[in-house]
Order: sequence, then structure tokens, then C-alpha cells
Amino acid sequence: MKRNAKFIIAGLGISLLLAFFVSPLASSFPDGLEKVLEKLAPGGRIEQTEHRPVAPLPDYGFPGVGGERLSTGLAGIIGTILVFAAVFFLGKALAGGKSSAPIERKRD
Amino acid sequence: MHIPHGFLSPEIAIGGYAVAAAACAAAVRQANRTLSERQVPLLGVMAAFVFAAQMLNFTIPGGTSGHFLGALMVAVLLGPLTSCLVMAVVLTIQCLGFADGGLDALGANILNMGVIAGAACYYVFVLLRKLLPNTKAGFSASVAIAAWFSVVSSSALCAVELWLSGTFALAVALPLMVGVHSLIGLGEAAITVAVITVLVETRPDLVKAWAPSEGRTHADEMGSSA
Repeated sequence: MKRNAKFIIAGLGISLLLAFFVSPLASSFPDGLEKVLEKLAPGGRIEQTEHRPVAPLPDYGFPGVGGERLSTGLAGIIGTILVFAAVFFLGKALAGGKSSAPIERKRD
Repeated sequence: MHIPHGFLSPEIAIGGYAVAAAACAAAVRQANRTLSERQVPLLGVMAAFVFAAQMLNFTIPGGTSGHFLGALMVAVLLGPLTSCLVMAVVLTIQCLGFADGGLDALGANILNMGVIAGAACYYVFVLLRKLLPNTKAGFSASVAIAAWFSVVSSSALCAVELWLSGTFALAVALPLMVGVHSLIGLGEAAITVAVITVLVETRPDLVKAWAPSEGRTHADEMGSSA
């Protein structure tokens, strides 16, 4: 269990560091799909993206925080913690107290 | 590769949700049977890592970027259905919290990046494991090729969905999507191999699909080490 605790702390630590310090340095070019959409579907359906749904942290930015680096970094931290928490609680619910059940077998 | 809001026809959007829901239901049933308490934090960490790493776009030629998906990595570490479930949670939070990927396209995005890139491509990995030598090099090559293929196949399906939605012509879009994602897939392969290699060296017990030669079985599962 101690080894697992270490792994969890290290894994979460690395994820948070990546999210806060490295994500603001990420390439801001459009990704592969966005590039293809820009090229092949300008206007038309793409205009509908103006009506994109509102999200609390749109485009990985923290609204109202000046400085893009801090804004992106904060959004990254929040997202990383949110994902951890969501999977953790979902996992707890699904595990339901099973302590050492056999895991999914390799099916080959 | 998150399909934005407003690009899918209702039929394709609903179809995507249907397949994604079926796969997630299967994953939930399985987790209900087999997921143990001590694995749960590890599951959370891997999901958090996938989210953080997905933010790190790297530049590829042509004014374009790509980012790590992580679905195949999670599948190799935790199994195909678990990967699907983890990706579904990550994609849902990206969609609802960060406006990354449209809500109408969430089902299709889970289908592409969870069901295909994670669950289906896990079996590409299994097949490669059988074909390649049962050594560390063979294992790494299987991981690399399956990771590359997970991005490429996912992008191809994405192109098909957009084509079926009437967004563009398949003959033009498919080569473009597959072309650019063949490059992005190299990044996926490099990151996946790097992470899994580190884990095989430090915590082989966490790498579900890596069975070292001394006959370790899947009874020695993730989190079962003292």
C-alpha cells in the first residue's frame, strides 16, 4: 500500500506540474482535426461553433485571470483535480467495498 | 481530435451516443464485478495524467499541432473497457468544463477516442504481442505500433463521421485526416512507450499487459503489491 501511495502522490504531482507549468507552453496551432475543418469546412457548419455551449473554463482558460500563462495553468490544475475526483468517486462507487477481486482477465 | 459543436448530423451524433453508452455500460458492469477498492486511486491518477497530458499540444509541420490521447496507454495499463470508461470521463469533463468538443459530438468523441482508440486498439496491441517476439523490445514495439494506430484509426473514423454528416467529401478529408494524424501518432507512440517503459522498470505490477518471464500471472494485479 505504501508503494501505491507513493505512486499516487508522484503521479498526481507530475500531472499537476504538467498542467500548471507545461500546458501554458503548449503549441497554440490548431490540432489535426481543427486544421482539416478550417481547410475543408470554412463557413457553413463551422459558423455554428459560434454558438458553442458555455463552459466554466472555456478553451482551458480561467476567466478573469490576467495573463494567459496563469489562466491556462489554473484551468489545467482545476481540470486535473476534477478528473481525478470524478474517476475516484466513480471508481469507489463501482468498487463498492471489494477488496481483492480478480481483475479483468486478459482475453487473448 | 475533439469534434466541435455543430459539425455532426443528428443521426451521427445520436449513433455516437448509442455506441458510447453501450461501451460504457459494459465497462461499468465489468468494473462492478472486478474493480477493487485499492485500484481506485490508481485509476484516478491515470485519468488525471491523461487530462494533463492532453493539454500539451506539440507542433507538427504545416502550422498544426497534435496532442497525446492516452487511450491506448490506459488500455495497456488497466484493460480495454476500463480505458473506455476513463476516456469517457476525461472527454465529458473536457466538453462540459472546457468547451473542448461539442456536447452534440460527445458520444462520437467517446466512440473515436475511447471505444476505438482505447478498447478496440487494445486488441491490435494483443495481436501484435502474439506476432512479435515475447521480449521487452517486442512488447515496446507492440505498444508503439498500437499507440500510433490508435490515433490514426480514430482520426479515420472521425473523418467518416464528418463525411456521413455531410460536412465534407470523404475522398478529400480522409487522406488529410489520416495524413496529419500519422504524424501525431508518432508523438502518441513515443509518449506511450516512454510512460509504459518507466512503469515496467519501476512498477511492473502496475502494467497489466506486461507479464515478465518468471511466470507472473494476472493474479498479481495492479495494486496487489504490499
